[in-house]
Amino acid sequence: MPRNEIKIGGFGGQGVILSGYILGRAASIYDSKYATMIQAFGPEARGSACSAQLIISDEPISYPYIVAPNVMVLMSQEAYSKFTPELAPGGILLTEEDLVVTHNLRADVRHFSIPATRIAEELGKRLVLNIVMLGFATALTNLVGRDAARNAVKVSVPKGTEELNFAAFEKGYEYGLQLLKKEPEKILA
Amino acid sequence: MHADPIGVLTGAHFIDGDHACSEGAIAAGCRFVAGYPITPSTEVVERIAERFPFVGGVFIQMEDEIASSIAIQGAVWGGKKAMTVTSGPGFSLMMEHIGLAAMTETPCVFVDVQRAGPSTGLPTMPAQGDMMQARWGSHGDYQIIAIVPNSPQECFDLTVHAFNLSERYRVPVMMMMDECVGHMIERVVIPSADKIEVHNRKVYDGPKESYRAFETGRDLIPSMVKAGDGYRIHVTGLTHDEKGYPDMSVSAQGKLVQRLMDKIRIHADDIVMYKEEDVEGADVVVVSFGITSRTAIPAIEQARAKGLKVGHLRLVVVWPFPEKRIRELAGKVKSIVVPELNMGQIVYEVERCAAGKCNVVSVPHAGGTVHQPKDILAAIEKSLRGT
Amino acid sequence: MPEELYDIETTIPSNPIEEFLRMDRMPHIWCPGCGIGTTVNCFVRALQTSGLDLDKVAVVSGIGCTGRVAGYMNLDSFHTTHGRAIPFATGLKLANPGLKVVVYSGDGDLTAIGGNHFIHAARRNMDLTVILINNMIYGMTGGQAAPTTPVGATASTTPHGNFEETFNLPFLAESCGAVYVARWTAHHVRHLTKSIKEALAKKGFSFVEILAPCPTLYSRRNKLGDGLDQMEFYRDNSEIKNGADTKSVTLDFQGKITVGKFVDKERPTYIEAMNQHYQKKFGDRYVPSDEIRKLSHAQE
Repeated sequence: MPRNEIKIGGFGGQGVILSGYILGRAASIYDSKYATMIQAFGPEARGSACSAQLIISDEPISYPYIVAPNVMVLMSQEAYSKFTPELAPGGILLTEEDLVVTHNLRADVRHFSIPATRIAEELGKRLVLNIVMLGFATALTNLVGRDAARNAVKVSVPKGTEELNFAAFEKGYEYGLQLLKKEPEKILA
Repeated sequence: MHADPIGVLTGAHFIDGDHACSEGAIAAGCRFVAGYPITPSTEVVERIAERFPFVGGVFIQMEDEIASSIAIQGAVWGGKKAMTVTSGPGFSLMMEHIGLAAMTETPCVFVDVQRAGPSTGLPTMPAQGDMMQARWGSHGDYQIIAIVPNSPQECFDLTVHAFNLSERYRVPVMMMMDECVGHMIERVVIPSADKIEVHNRKVYDGPKESYRAFETGRDLIPSMVKAGDGYRIHVTGLTHDEKGYPDMSVSAQGKLVQRLMDKIRIHADDIVMYKEEDVEGADVVVVSFGITSRTAIPAIEQARAKGLKVGHLRLVVVWPFPEKRIRELAGKVKSIVVPELNMGQIVYEVERCAAGKCNVVSVPHAGGTVHQPKDILAAIEKSLRGT
Repeated sequence: MPEELYDIETTIPSNPIEEFLRMDRMPHIWCPGCGIGTTVNCFVRALQTSGLDLDKVAVVSGIGCTGRVAGYMNLDSFHTTHGRAIPFATGLKLANPGLKVVVYSGDGDLTAIGGNHFIHAARRNMDLTVILINNMIYGMTGGQAAPTTPVGATASTTPHGNFEETFNLPFLAESCGAVYVARWTAHHVRHLTKSIKEALAKKGFSFVEILAPCPTLYSRRNKLGDGLDQMEFYRDNSEIKNGADTKSVTLDFQGKITVGKFVDKERPTYIEAMNQHYQKKFGDRYVPSDEIRKLSHAQE
């Protein structure tokens, strides 16, 4: 697997950073890959748009910042407007269906969306939206394996919430697999 | 000696450089930390504050960095291994006490997670602008050791090493991180305690009457006791004799300062640490350190793809500087390229050692982010023109 | 000189305080008439009767004339940087809480450059005994104004007279949380000795301010005579008011001097508060340092 650059965007409180962290942890601890995550800090990071930047690769990662992300996971309209121009040609864009309206999308972008908020609400906790997105991303990219992601979820979420988060992950993962069956030509990272 | 297992979180972790530094300190046996919050170093003390109640450590958030940088020295004379943690503005405030630690030969570790300066600068963004300050920041002549990690893994490994060097040579050791490495999250593998080598200060246990606190053998490193052991030691920042008593004479000054310099110089070969890759036969060598050693790699690869013979020498220990090796290389290569996240600091050391024998090219950057590999590539190409 | 005079010298008995001093460092640097030596004498007498194991007493000083006390005491002694004796002592105490840690320094050192550390150590109730010699001036550097220089007094940096309000140090210490606060002058040797002994026995931040003459730089410049004249002034103008409200003990230029023990109360020290907090919070999971564990066992 070559160097993959991933940007996860949304607004504060959606668990954006945690989902990036879980993905990186899955890759580097449970999948024997290399992962480097950079956190955006400062007052600007406390505003409405927040993001996690992650690199996943089979090779040691030298340059630590993302240059042109080839995978984006976006959970807010503001993140969509702000970040999509950076997406690499042919990149994969995963969005939350109800929170992001994808207008003027470039033709080269491979786009999938999921009603993650509704799915999370059906599970009883809107908070697990980020884990639904994570399951979705795991299914639609080859960044990390399903088991690695599940293991990372288990050790990264608050104790006592593992089952809920597994359920969220599986819902997102399944939803992603269904989409893949419809449009297998759109794959993969 | 090996690490005390009580503090060692053996296993693979996905943590940032700041947290890895905390774990390295705990594994090294550090049990006293005094600090004052400052971005981007705060996560180091936050983790220490979280962990210390369970490992027999004392953490205190002091009223400022001046207090922090001397509280650790009190703790060291009380028998602990100790460190303080800061970033640029706080590091500036600590300078007097780096001199005190050098003068009183108090082993301790200063962590500086560098951010862009001068002054408040860019608090949340990286730089490597404190490299000369680490070496020369306090007044007078003295020697210190400075180490520069380039990944969270090294923040762990090299913090252990920083304590070990500090204990062995009784000298303040600067752990020169930067915002990028400090906040970067990567895999950090912490070995089991019996695989972590830990060094402790040489302790005097001879007769009390004949103890002379600053007397040394040929290694120039005095052995230490702690307060409360009955030796009735006197420790002063004034120029002192072997007993530790103030001696306001030119000869005492000459003797003491010479030894403070020499005790690092004569051990420099053991302390100096660098990593080389494809340096033999190279036309150009990139000399880098810290995060810049990682941004240099794509540039070096691109240059090689263009057919240039480029080697890479990464400084792990920056102070003492590997003078011998740079001098040697300068006689063999056409040019040395020095990218650093400052407007040119370590490049002057390289120039001094190269002494005109090869072309030396600086790749300065005012900080705030890391170099673009293309800038380093351009410098590599430029360095060969006219050689 | 008649020969018998040589013999007299050899018959002088050794001074009982010699064992407390590093006699190989004598003579000391203090001027004739300086009050610091007198306070050291009182400190030694207090140590003698304190019952403390002298191997477990450490003295920490900053910079200045009083800062030299550490260097003369035959104890573990640390002569640190200007103003920073208290944070050094804080680290020493926390690392090795079995030590009795005494900070012995001057007014300029502890309350100007070191003022921030003073107030925070008092706030934390750090277990330190702070002995502050107030000669109302920076002596070592040649008589510059200090935060304690009275309004109307002259110093080398206030050649036209000082107009800055002074610190009322007992009030400062009390309001920051010190559990023991006293003030004496170098004249009050018995009271002072007793007070230092009490301060040494006190757990927490204890503070003793001692007015002492600086004949060379303060008295001479202000035309107050020599050291003896200053001692007479202390004798004639001091009023002992134990328990006085510290708000009322401000020092004026050559005004009345209120002395006495002003504060003597109890509250948990920093180490006690830390231990209690973590024990309550974590129970057996809390691992105090070996030294802190030993100390708490000894106290139980």
